[in-house]
Amino acid sequence: MLKHTPLYDQHVAAHGKLVDFAGWEMPIHYGSQMQEHHAVRQAAGMFDVSHMGVCDISGPDATAFLRYVLANDVARLKSFGRAIYTCMLNDEGGIIDDLIVYAISSTQFRIVLNASRRDVDLAWLSEQAVNFDVSVLEQPTYAIIAVQGPQAIKSFVSLLEDNAQQAQVTALKPFQFVTVDDLQVARTGYTGEDGLEIILPASQAPVIWQQLCDAGVKPCGLGARDTLRLEAGLNLYGVDMDETTTPDVANLAWTVSLHDPQRHFIGKQAVLAQREVGVPQTMVGLVMAARGVLRNHQAVYSHGQPVGEITSGSFSPTLSMAIAFVRLPADFQGELSIERRGGFQPVQRVTLPFVRQGQSKFKPVSVEGVSDE
Amino acid sequence: MSECPADLKYTSSHEWIRVDGDEATIGITAHAQSQLGDLVFVELPLLGDEVLSGKEVAVVESVKTAADVYTPLTGQVIAINESLTATPEAVNEDPYGEGWLFKVKMQNPSELDDTMTADAYADQNSD
Repeated sequence: MLKHTPLYDQHVAAHGKLVDFAGWEMPIHYGSQMQEHHAVRQAAGMFDVSHMGVCDISGPDATAFLRYVLANDVARLKSFGRAIYTCMLNDEGGIIDDLIVYAISSTQFRIVLNASRRDVDLAWLSEQAVNFDVSVLEQPTYAIIAVQGPQAIKSFVSLLEDNAQQAQVTALKPFQFVTVDDLQVARTGYTGEDGLEIILPASQAPVIWQQLCDAGVKPCGLGARDTLRLEAGLNLYGVDMDETTTPDVANLAWTVSLHDPQRHFIGKQAVLAQREVGVPQTMVGLVMAARGVLRNHQAVYSHGQPVGEITSGSFSPTLSMAIAFVRLPADFQGELSIERRGGFQPVQRVTLPFVRQGQSKFKPVSVEGVSDE
Repeated sequence: MSECPADLKYTSSHEWIRVDGDEATIGITAHAQSQLGDLVFVELPLLGDEVLSGKEVAVVESVKTAADVYTPLTGQVIAINESLTATPEAVNEDPYGEGWLFKVKMQNPSELDDTMTADAYADQNSD
């Protein structure tokens, strides 16, 4: 029996094509994932991401605890009311999950976990919390709505009747959040567009969803969510990284904070040891100018020999071309191609992101011995 | 529940056929396009190609997956829907009309006996 979020009835009413996602019945689209993708880049779209786990970490040792279990450093936040993106590592430096932490106060934090990792994360956090004066409490009665796109914030603010609340939300800087009545409103997202992620009581979700609909925000499914995040250069747990990969091979070295040499966190030694020996792989962007779609797990070749593998592969509706992330040997420089219908098709290594705020952003990475076409 | 126009014939591999004399127009069904999701590329046979019943002659590619399209009929390709290069989504939006893929001049019209009626196709897909 698949689980339903508080917005299930809304998805059914909007003719969502429902699929099993991590044991939840979720809409992959409501008619056209391409149109939903474009709506987010051009105006505003919204996603029900209530299947993701919400967990509150509170107590006198909350800060110390999170500085121990997370690879990024919550102590680096300049003030409260800010969120931070981080990996949670195991002793081998492998990524247990990537997550967002909202710092409410020094003794109160909220974290959002990937749906597929909820149970693993909660078990791990509870286990690690044993020696800290902290409580790890799942919050199953919340819904999460992500409103994304250039018109997203304006559309949400139009729902607020109180001028002071409107001003608070309008004033949010990226990665800041504020509480408006029972809603935690954060200027965060997974699409490369401006927007908000709203954590709210499940009972209020259907009303807010409908109000956003009425304000012109388009319901968008998980299919569009995936093409949007890939264009934005953002990783997907389980595809781009997992417990066997360190942050450095998953393009997430920047999320590991070594700023405070006194801070010990789980996985620190393993990450440093790998850097000492030499990180063996890198993860980079790939585009294909020729017709076709790049696919997860597709082999990538150089001069006919396999040299790497695509992690996330798909099609960019904004750029109208295939895009992917590929894991390659760390210092690899050669030309790249994929196999398609019995032959080899060249692919181009590029910087990330592919798209940001509706604009193409990638640049080719020049390769030794290959002239520009 | 996708609608299957009653005047068309169908295959178990989700192609539809519109017969006009000895010419057959072929496309993929509403059910098929729904399973595939939004199409981003369509590869069609070449005009003039001689095709054999049961062989793969075209490819439809969506964000999710690529699928082969088979010709149910032997003959020569006398037309292809070139507008699908620019607007592959026509297959999703109007699979039995603007989303047609190619036309074959039939060499063996008796091959139509092996195809399904709309009802039989609908039965095959109900689960």
